[in-house]
Amino acid sequence: MNPLLILIIIPILTMVSIAMTRDIKNVRIFSAIGMSAQLLFSLALLYMFYQERNSGNSDPMLFVTSTVWYESFNIQLKFGIDGISVSMILLTSIVTFAGIFVSWQVDFLTKEFFISLILLATGVFGFFISLDLFTMFLFYEVAVIPMYLLIGIWGSGPKEYSAMKLTLMLMGGSALLLVGLLGIYFNSAPDGGKLTFDLTEIAKNGIPRSAQMFFFPFTFIGFGVLGALFPFHTWSPDGHASAPTAVSMLHAGVLMKLGGYGCFRVAMYLLPEPAHAMGWIFIILTTISVVYGAFGAIWQKDLKYINAYSSVSHCGLVLFALLMMNETATTGAILQMISHGLMTALFFALIGMIYGRTHTRMINEMGGLMKVIPFLSVVYVIAGLASLGLPGLSGFVAEMTIFVGSFQHTDTFHRVATIVACSSIVITAVYILRVIGVLLLGPIKNDHYLEMTDAKWFEKIGGVTLVIAIVVIGVAPLWLSNLLREPLGVIVQQITSDL
Amino acid sequence: MNWDSIYIMRHEVLLSILILYQLIVDLSEKTNKKYVINTTIGLFIVYVIIGFMPTPPATLFGNMYINDSVRTLLKNILSFSTLIVLLQSSSWLSDPAHQQKTGAFYLTIFSTLMGMFFMISSGDFLMLYLGLELATLPLTLLASFDKNLRRSAEAGIKLLMSSAVSSAVLLFGLSMIYGIYGTLHFSEIAALANNSALSVLSLIFFLSGLGFKLSLVPFHLWTADVYEGAPLPVTTYFSVVSKGAALFTLMLVLHVVFRKQSEIWSTAIYFLSIATMVVGNLFALRQKNLKRFLAFSSITQAGFMMLGFMSNDAVGMSTVVYFMLIYGLSNLAVFGVLSIVINQTGKETIDDLNGFYSTNPRLSLIMLISLFSLAGIPPVAGFFGKFFLFTAAASKGQYFLVLIAVINATISLYYYLLVVKAMFINKNDSPIATLRSTLYEKVALTLCVSGVLLIGFISGTYEYILSLMIQFN
Repeated sequence: MNPLLILIIIPILTMVSIAMTRDIKNVRIFSAIGMSAQLLFSLALLYMFYQERNSGNSDPMLFVTSTVWYESFNIQLKFGIDGISVSMILLTSIVTFAGIFVSWQVDFLTKEFFISLILLATGVFGFFISLDLFTMFLFYEVAVIPMYLLIGIWGSGPKEYSAMKLTLMLMGGSALLLVGLLGIYFNSAPDGGKLTFDLTEIAKNGIPRSAQMFFFPFTFIGFGVLGALFPFHTWSPDGHASAPTAVSMLHAGVLMKLGGYGCFRVAMYLLPEPAHAMGWIFIILTTISVVYGAFGAIWQKDLKYINAYSSVSHCGLVLFALLMMNETATTGAILQMISHGLMTALFFALIGMIYGRTHTRMINEMGGLMKVIPFLSVVYVIAGLASLGLPGLSGFVAEMTIFVGSFQHTDTFHRVATIVACSSIVITAVYILRVIGVLLLGPIKNDHYLEMTDAKWFEKIGGVTLVIAIVVIGVAPLWLSNLLREPLGVIVQQITSDL
Repeated sequence: MNWDSIYIMRHEVLLSILILYQLIVDLSEKTNKKYVINTTIGLFIVYVIIGFMPTPPATLFGNMYINDSVRTLLKNILSFSTLIVLLQSSSWLSDPAHQQKTGAFYLTIFSTLMGMFFMISSGDFLMLYLGLELATLPLTLLASFDKNLRRSAEAGIKLLMSSAVSSAVLLFGLSMIYGIYGTLHFSEIAALANNSALSVLSLIFFLSGLGFKLSLVPFHLWTADVYEGAPLPVTTYFSVVSKGAALFTLMLVLHVVFRKQSEIWSTAIYFLSIATMVVGNLFALRQKNLKRFLAFSSITQAGFMMLGFMSNDAVGMSTVVYFMLIYGLSNLAVFGVLSIVINQTGKETIDDLNGFYSTNPRLSLIMLISLFSLAGIPPVAGFFGKFFLFTAAASKGQYFLVLIAVINATISLYYYLLVVKAMFINKNDSPIATLRSTLYEKVALTLCVSGVLLIGFISGTYEYILSLMIQFN
């Protein structure tokens, strides 16, 4: 059996077993077992991937399996992975694993919560391993739709508004995407062969220039909505703020990465010419995202909004780096996806834990938490430092690579954009340090904070897993960038070769 | 007539026998309603199974009647949907508060079904018109079946008036066709068809006539009132079987008779489709009553179906049939849940469903799955149906239409989510109590939901339909 299918089967089995239990305790245990198995399997997959590469297999995609699904439309169930997919799968399983433990105490409709959460994760796993545009699109929507219920039922604040806004905007994005994908499909065989949804096949055949120009905006913006591309990012702050903890983690940590991944793997890889011709428009938009998101975060008083805007800024940086279209910058982009995925998940997890104790997310109502909940506070500081790019943690590696790569362009436009985007690092430092100062240091503002308990065992598991991952990438980034270099080289060459 | 021709016409012949059975079984005042319901459903199941037997292509009555594997498939889809309607209507019919005869209900339903079969099997416009009338007149009876309710009577009258108008329009178109070509036979017209001004006009009249039945905008005005006023099983029948029959007839006639004029009708349908999707959506947004809501949702879905007509080949036809199959199953599931709710509580607004999940988790999940299918969300079947329809339209380069359609699909997601929100998210201190469903209702819902869940994954369904449609290429 192909190892990639196991990535889909484990979550499905977990959902089925959860659906069959009655006891809340068993629901938690089954989810934990299932997602631990998924994490272990992802690590094993990474190992298998290395083995295969070391044994001299130099195909761009490994573990490829393909079954014809709809013969008349030439739709296949085609799965395969390269270095990028493997690292995204690893990210997803780490965040899902942590998410399960962080939501240990969900007590309202527990069963339904975990099933929806794991369904979301299934969609993400399926998306990352798909090599067929139809299957990819299918998994993309599977990942998006559980968000409505997750935010609507278990969320807080204006949850119904946020859930509806998020779902409709993302589905609107996928509506554009569908037009783009159909356009790609019907132009996939310019020399008269059989039309195909197969990603590698389309890249080989090439698409006529006029069709590329027409369908690029649909595809790029379609994925870009999920990647919080300015001005289509407005679902993100509301959605993240209202979502329950684990959902914010998964959404900011993993789901938003689908956008960047799709922009790169589908829009730019298959439609390279407009990526060059129209790239400047999107570089301007993403630069705005980066700076605007960072400024937005300064103004917010709600912890979740701060982090949501910071996500807009960081995800903007991912798209920004991808649009630079050279190997260094794109490596940085993927590193940033992983790094941001881990640290934003950690942030949201901590915010959820703090909120569960203080019952407020307003930073001016809190203070001195370092004295009462030292464990959570220290982890919060680590996440903050990773976010503002302290060397030794993952954020530094990612941002450094991005800016070095984007500064390799010698023309004024790219350099100005890079300098403007660079300024976000300073702004990030402002809001991170401000929050740490107000929230964790200073006098204790409320007497009942003294009775708060520090992290429980399940919260520690969730937090520590993410911290370990952040530190590992920060201290030893080479294995990861080596993993990425090869597939990125292939894609970047495809994008730049047609010039 | 010989045994072969009876076999070819077995759908119609067996339905006539069922109709005769209804006349006899209901004669006595003392007949138990349960007995009538059980025997009729039993016989109907036998009929549905016999309907699935393979059919050789054949024509009868001097080409007036055509049957082949495609038409058999279409009839089977309609029969199967009718079976679900019968299963769902059982508890409503056996309600002792009902004074009407159960036999009368079945009799009218089978008559309309037979009319629809003649529409599908017609090889001549005269036959088509006869079938249409046989399908329509009993429908007006059905709409006013709750004769003590004012709104039901109103629905019947409304339907009668608008059907009469639409029949007149259609008949006018047919008379022009006869004037131009001197014949009403499909095969002869297909050979003679030309793009003269009069023939275009007759085509438009024909489209408008069937547009009424399909409730395409601007011929949709009767839909919401009739859906709301008619008894729920009848509304179900309207939204799935009656609509399906009109769709299939339109598809067959356009592809068989007016194939040479496909540029003209696809232009007309292009605009009808946009108008139908947009208007249906805009009205659906503000509905509070579930029946009216589903009426407008079904108008929107008819607009989506029109996308398949952009492609005048086998792919276009098979995506239309495939979508209709999935739409039918999803809609039947939604109506199945509603019929349980409405029968037992009489509540029929969206707000009444608040907190439905806390008391009726299974029914809510069925509703969720089928609404997602209507909205076109994977992994349920509706996604595949919509995707293939859009593919059919895009294959002829109609990307603008596809864009309008996907935007409308997103808008429609909003109101489907409103129902989901009512059931799962909204709080309610006194939600609808836990409902009990009868065996028949359970079977019906199980059939629909398993269809909705599985059809998308089993690619064979679509490939089978396509393999039958190839003969029209």
